[in-house]
Amino acid sequence: MINKNPLWRYLLLVLVVAGGAIYALPNLFGQDAALQISSADGTAPTPATQGEVLALLDSLEIDVKAVEATDSHVLVRLDQASDQAVAADELAVALGRDYTVALNLAAATPAWLRSLGGQPMYLGLDLRGGVHFLMQVDVDAVTTQAIERYGNEMSRSLRQSSIAHQVGDDATATAFSLVFEGADARDAAEAQITPEYPELVFEQVEVNGQPALSIAISEDELREIRNFAVEQNIITLRNRVNELGVAEPVIQRQGADRIVVQLPGVQDTARAKEIIGATATLEFRMVDEANFPYRGRPGDIPPPGTELFPERQGGYVLLERQIIITGDAITDAQSGIDTQTGRAEVNIRLSGAGGNVMNRVTGGRVGDHMAVLFKETEIQARRVNDEIVREQVQVEEVINIARIQEQLGSRFRITGLDNPMEARNLALLLRAGSLAAPVQIIEERTIGPSLGQENINQGMAAVGVAFLLVILFMVMYYRVFGLIANLALLLNLVLIMAVLSMLQATLTLPGIAGIVLTVGMAVDANVLIYERIREELRSGSSAQKAIEAGYGKALSTIADANVTTLIAAVVLFAFGTGPVKGFAVTLSIGIVSSMFTAIFGTRVVVNAIYGSRRGAKLAI
Amino acid sequence: MDFFKRETQIDFMAHRVRAALITVGFIVLAVAVLFFRGLDFGLDFTGGTLVEVGYPQAVDLAEVRQTLESAGFDQAVVQTFGTARDVLIRLPSDVGAGDAVSNEILGVLRAAEPNAELRRVEFVGPQVGAELAEKGGLALLYALGGILIYVAFRFEYRFAIGAVAAVAHDVVITLGIYALIGMTFDLTVLAALLAVIGYSLNDTIVVFDRVRENFVRVRKGSSIELVNRSINQMLPRTLVTSLTTLLVLIALFVLGGELIRGFALALIIGVVVGTYSSIYVAGSAALALGVSREDLVPPVKEGEDLEEETP
Repeated sequence: MINKNPLWRYLLLVLVVAGGAIYALPNLFGQDAALQISSADGTAPTPATQGEVLALLDSLEIDVKAVEATDSHVLVRLDQASDQAVAADELAVALGRDYTVALNLAAATPAWLRSLGGQPMYLGLDLRGGVHFLMQVDVDAVTTQAIERYGNEMSRSLRQSSIAHQVGDDATATAFSLVFEGADARDAAEAQITPEYPELVFEQVEVNGQPALSIAISEDELREIRNFAVEQNIITLRNRVNELGVAEPVIQRQGADRIVVQLPGVQDTARAKEIIGATATLEFRMVDEANFPYRGRPGDIPPPGTELFPERQGGYVLLERQIIITGDAITDAQSGIDTQTGRAEVNIRLSGAGGNVMNRVTGGRVGDHMAVLFKETEIQARRVNDEIVREQVQVEEVINIARIQEQLGSRFRITGLDNPMEARNLALLLRAGSLAAPVQIIEERTIGPSLGQENINQGMAAVGVAFLLVILFMVMYYRVFGLIANLALLLNLVLIMAVLSMLQATLTLPGIAGIVLTVGMAVDANVLIYERIREELRSGSSAQKAIEAGYGKALSTIADANVTTLIAAVVLFAFGTGPVKGFAVTLSIGIVSSMFTAIFGTRVVVNAIYGSRRGAKLAI
Repeated sequence: MDFFKRETQIDFMAHRVRAALITVGFIVLAVAVLFFRGLDFGLDFTGGTLVEVGYPQAVDLAEVRQTLESAGFDQAVVQTFGTARDVLIRLPSDVGAGDAVSNEILGVLRAAEPNAELRRVEFVGPQVGAELAEKGGLALLYALGGILIYVAFRFEYRFAIGAVAAVAHDVVITLGIYALIGMTFDLTVLAALLAVIGYSLNDTIVVFDRVRENFVRVRKGSSIELVNRSINQMLPRTLVTSLTTLLVLIALFVLGGELIRGFALALIIGVVVGTYSSIYVAGSAALALGVSREDLVPPVKEGEDLEEETP
């Protein structure tokens, strides 16, 4: 018999159906209203704090469904979604500023499914509501500033060695020139400056007939500046977004100098932007040695010329009013390990001007202490007249105090930190407070939560009705074979859902449209096969031969047709942004899975029904 | 059920000159409409700000316009979106960026109707708009190029030209109809257009595949007869698939909501036009370019029995 299924076909089909069903299953369980609690340094709260949280929720008579701890946060699932907002506010007040409490909708996937890696599809902002920002990092602003700085530094250096010169007026964002009175002066200047600036490209030119040096930032250095500017902005944005208390924020680099920020569930774009835009600043100041360590009380009036600040680790410290340098003089800060002592350290690079100031100030004060003061705006929740309000508060605190071991320059390190974690955090804060390249929002999309839900409902309704119409038509037109095609279609839907869930690809509204379209097009393969079978039957073939020929001959046609559509889908994915991409993803997945279900899947079932019946009459 | 009890014998190719004239006529018309009337490009391509506001009950557009105008937004385009309770406000990009404008607009509208709800804000900077337009155009070209190469590789270059001609025809006509009825052309519609390419191509390939098979298998008959016969053989499939796809698209158009309506419409137009083009444009173009049996040396194909058959 030609249309018998070998065992492996049954096994493969059962395997795929089972796998698809398992991974599509998490989408049926819905979501729990939950609170996501993380501490300010990005770690999970301690068990003690967790106990506190549960005790508080208990006293508010809020029923907790489950508590889960991960490395970065604790997730508290609630029984009632209506309790979520109240619980979040109360916790925010009780836990204070060391913790952020974010509202979250956590998938209610059962544990056994999660242990298999099952999770529901990741819904795009258009389906769940939220804000999408595309930001452009103004790298030119950074390089322009660098060019200015180089000009000033070189001028100072040349003046000290009495080489007459002028800074040319043809400066761009990445290059400038120095004009000299004679070629000798130029050569002398070049010999003096060049070794100090390996990151610059020097070239001898003439400007208005006068000998000059053209000085440009090298390609490598430009790339590094750009990378640094973007990375630094991303770090800063992460810190800021944590402040907002958003669960599952997306902050990603896009292309050379752009950053995508997606904040699911955030509605107040104005506030979101205010917080995202607020930058932290930092200052290096000398510690008032006469009062170190500080023994007074927080309310005491500080001695003249000094100011009192809290320390992050607790306690207070008196700092001199005079600021040595501010954060914008920092060009880089990296954590590392001191090779001699094996202890954690942070390596800091300052701009040339910043290094000079640092050099001058620290020269006479070796052995004294220098402090790093960090200033930022934070959102804090507090109780006012029994109502919980969230407001922005300017926070100033000393994040590090170190003894000056020697005269410092534009490169120095803070050593003797307790552990690598502390070093990393310090480096992060130093970078966050350093000069940030300005960012500009160039694209913004906000979707209200009601619209998101509406989009889901409408999308699902469309999928449902479309599916039903096609199923009805197929059964009427192809009878038993139509029924089989419908099974394949159903399996196709399950597989698309399973693959989307497994890949955690974002499902958007156009993505749903892509699925709907696949429903329409997936039947095409079956239509091709069935029409071929009918043709064969008409030309007098037996049922078994017609099935064999129908599947065999339609195969290359189906493959050609699907590959061309796949080409279009892949191009869409490669060039598309946002909605186009979402559509391309589901379309591609749908095409591939429909090849399996419509050709292989239906064949197995057709064989099982008709394969062993000699002279069978096909209900087609 | 079966609409086609036996193979149809419609002489499609007899009308191919007339069809070609009509096709060219439509293309000229479409290009003219595109040229003189132009597409109503959406925010994605023009840049600007779009605010969708939901009201608890039907709202008078004139009033909304009035309110906005008195607040200084005299460039605002106000229209309903789906229902009379949904209002869409569009502003060109030079009015100001994103949130400032949207918050201001919402403030102004809330002053008049406190229950107005912000449903959606989109702000696209002019530079991003230009980029999206460029990328979209490129995607279209690359998709066509990729298809051309694949079809040329799998079939023959004349078929590839025929296929691409059919697809280009579909794109131009769909765009023309879009310009004619003045629907907004945005990124989702562009996605739809690319899906139309995929779909129409699917159709064309299926017909070509049968043409190739018949050229190889059937020893008698002219090229025209064979193309005709192939189209007739594939007619049930072409119509059934178009029908199921249209069923789905109509469901999307009616139920999918306002955001997806333009997408569904573009595809509906595309499917109808694409069905026509895979019969006339693709087949005729390949014939006009002189496709003949000799061009299709028997390809190495599994299970292909080269039986003699009289047409």
